Amino acid sequence: MRSAHVETTINGQPAEFLCEPRQSLLEVLRDVLRLTGTKEGCNDGNCGACTVEMDGRIVPACLVLGVEAEGAEILTIEGVAQGSALHEVQRAFLEGAALQCGVCTPGFIVAAKALLDRNPDPSEDEIRLWLANNLCRCTGYDKIVRSVQAAARIQQQESAS
Amino acid sequence: MSTFTVDPARAAAPRRESSGNGGPGVGGYEPNMVLASATFDVVGTRPVRHDGADKVTGRALYGADVHLSGTLHGAILRSPHAHARIQSVDTSRAEGMDGVFAVVTAADLPPAEDKLVDVGEGETKLAYVHGNILARDKVLYQGHAVAAVAASSPHAALEAARAIDVEYELLPSSMTAPDAMREEAELLHADLFKQEFGEKTDQPSNVAEHFAWRLGDVEAGFAASDAVVERVFDTATVHQGYIEPHNVTALWNHDGRLHIWCSTQGAFVVRDVTAKILEIPVSSVKVTPMEIGGGFGGKIPVYMEPVAALLSRKTGRPVKIVMSREEVFLSTGPTAGSHVRVKVGASADGRIRAMEATLAYEAGAYPGSFVTPGGMCVFAAYDCPNLSVECFDVVVNKPSCAAYRAPGAPQAAFAAEQVIDEVAARVGMDPVDFRLRNSAREGTRRVDGPKFRRIGCEEVLRAVRDHPHYRAPLGGPNRGRGVAVGFWFNVGLESTCTLNVNANGTVHLVEGSTDIGGTRTSIAMQAAEVLGIPAEDILPEVVDTDSVGFTSVTGGSRTTFATGWAAHDAAQKIVSEMKARASKLWSLEPDQVRHSKGVYSANGRSAGFRELAGQCSRTGGPVSATATVKPRGVGGSFAAAIADVAVDPETGKVDVLRFTAVQDVGKAVHPSYVEGQMQGGSVQGIGWSLNEEYCMGADGTMKNSTLLDYRMPTSLDLPMIDTCIVEVANPGHPFGVRGVGEANIVPPLAAIANAVHDATGVRMRRLPMSPPAVWSEIARA
Repeated sequence: MRSAHVETTINGQPAEFLCEPRQSLLEVLRDVLRLTGTKEGCNDGNCGACTVEMDGRIVPACLVLGVEAEGAEILTIEGVAQGSALHEVQRAFLEGAALQCGVCTPGFIVAAKALLDRNPDPSEDEIRLWLANNLCRCTGYDKIVRSVQAAARIQQQESAS
Repeated sequence: MSTFTVDPARAAAPRRESSGNGGPGVGGYEPNMVLASATFDVVGTRPVRHDGADKVTGRALYGADVHLSGTLHGAILRSPHAHARIQSVDTSRAEGMDGVFAVVTAADLPPAEDKLVDVGEGETKLAYVHGNILARDKVLYQGHAVAAVAASSPHAALEAARAIDVEYELLPSSMTAPDAMREEAELLHADLFKQEFGEKTDQPSNVAEHFAWRLGDVEAGFAASDAVVERVFDTATVHQGYIEPHNVTALWNHDGRLHIWCSTQGAFVVRDVTAKILEIPVSSVKVTPMEIGGGFGGKIPVYMEPVAALLSRKTGRPVKIVMSREEVFLSTGPTAGSHVRVKVGASADGRIRAMEATLAYEAGAYPGSFVTPGGMCVFAAYDCPNLSVECFDVVVNKPSCAAYRAPGAPQAAFAAEQVIDEVAARVGMDPVDFRLRNSAREGTRRVDGPKFRRIGCEEVLRAVRDHPHYRAPLGGPNRGRGVAVGFWFNVGLESTCTLNVNANGTVHLVEGSTDIGGTRTSIAMQAAEVLGIPAEDILPEVVDTDSVGFTSVTGGSRTTFATGWAAHDAAQKIVSEMKARASKLWSLEPDQVRHSKGVYSANGRSAGFRELAGQCSRTGGPVSATATVKPRGVGGSFAAAIADVAVDPETGKVDVLRFTAVQDVGKAVHPSYVEGQMQGGSVQGIGWSLNEEYCMGADGTMKNSTLLDYRMPTSLDLPMIDTCIVEVANPGHPFGVRGVGEANIVPPLAAIANAVHDATGVRMRRLPMSPPAVWSEIARA
């Protein structure tokens, strides 16, 4: 099968790759670019483990073809921390014990960051609705929801000061 | 979140049971001190987990993230039928395809010898493991592996697997235990003979085992009862539902050594089972456990490791296989569907006089349904002299059952805890008061024989009774509240831990327990407590099977208990050695040096751990210690749940409004991760109760093998899960630990069913309580 050449932006850096037309963005990220922080849980858009941000929208990378990344801006878990500083959501997940096995965590963090980018003060219901695309089987979501609430508070305090 | 602490020294007459004291080679400290009433500096605090930064940045490497140079990709051809004879397998078309390097079938496996193999938490016949890995003559369930391919890419491998031509002769299939127990049911195994009460019979059967336990005189007990309730319950097959699919990369190197990278709950089990299947020495196999994306018992079995190894041997290249989600549903996991009859009788004074149960569990394609622990647990929460429990382990045409969090116990509790509620109502008692009046306690004999040592059943029930949730108003129509209690044994098994002291006073901790939910940290904390240094100064690492002593699976709620104990013992050895080093510095005898909280002192002189660590080179060289344990003092754990639900009478949909999980954990080493286990287990129980099931068609195939249609709880389906940690110290562990992770999934099923009854007056005796099921029951009532 002839490969396609794709130019895109990943985590703020220009990137280019070759992929088969049938390969998903998830396969490209993991197998071609070796950005393995984005996880595969179901490969049919139902678990959220491969959540990435693409042109400002959160999408399951398994439902996007690699060739669709042409000209797009993509954010993966590897681009969430800024230099040596963890993002508030990442810090809150650590301090709030919001992960157990950790395999769903990259998807949750990308999704939660996108929520706080849009809504800096979400209610518990808004958090639960926004994160309903992401399955976690370990935590029962309690500490995830609380950690997103904590991250929102930290962000607000930091922007106020 | 609340904690309910019981000091056993005050709560019960002091009594020292004989219990484990740390395995061989341990000395220099007082073993088995009951310390739950003591205060700790590290144990009981909430440090950030050591592997946390890797896991929030995407750097942690899971099994599917392994990329070796020259890797080939494997795919497995699986049976589309629930039960069929394999007439022929033709691999020639696949072998001729571009990019295909090798094909294997059962013919490539050495023949199965007639022996037993330890598969993690017990033994089974090697032939069963063998048959499940690649089917030889028959396929026994949809998804049963038939052949495998190694190719240049995952897509090429999949296409080639589909090009393997298999001819099947279809056979009738059985999907439930009662179905497979019919006399005319098609036999799954011609060589499976029913075991009757431990004796092998000459009767071929789908019933692998039938046995019973009896205590006292149940007939007399029922005769002395004023209220007797007998009911029958069924539960559907459900899956553990870990988010990460099974995966393996195998390299059969040219030096004859086999190296396996995978996500497993037990690297040594993978090593030992793979070696037995392939008939090679265990010393030829090295297993590197990668990070694991959930297990819950389902990542104990070996499925693909020997297959990837065979493909690697044929090709001389590393071979990687990752299951699809559909394969995970069809070929791994599930937990037994069940058919359970429970009968309970009580006298008007609220005393239970007799309890009787019959449990028939679906083992899946091979024996081993976990009906045995189900039978041991069904009445474990009650002190009753007249007990009778009968169990059937039944093979059916579904995937071979794997452990799932307290395997076997939730199905039993779903039945027993609903009947208990009915009996309590008949004798006019509050359901918690009724349970308390009949609660198991130290000295209560379980139906299977053992007497309980110090347990926390009463304390858990009192915590329920006294919890504000239990008395809070329900606040609306069609709402109800239910409670239930459940038991799990927990296990000990075997662990190894090594500590290596660095010159700057930090300590590397080397262990072999897969970390699924923060155990690196809970183990490290126990070493830190003994050494008197911060948890952050211990640097834990889970290593491969060549690099640490034998360590059993992460399962049975044992890791913090047993590997933590090994860490405790290794740290005690370090303390002894540090005393010796200090004595050298001060020209004293080692026994003149005292140690407290990381400070070593004698005759007015003192030095901290870091200072002594910095002097190691001058005082005799590196300081390092290893401890191994096979602990006896395992402490069983009781858990309870309080569930509030709202039932929509128009649709039958059940919403969980409020949920409180209570558990006696002995001692919570890291309370955040203890709460996390309680919350996660509770939510899996909620999913099991309300939505999850294998929907099987008439042809024995699964109709909902995606995460869209197999409906696990999402964040939107749930409230916060409140936790109440009860600490009745386990006298068998240095810090009083019992273990968490399992008991918490036992009570939710019945607690929710009892809540649905409270809301609607309808008794749900079949799981799941999905909207159509609840609606039908309401309509019928």
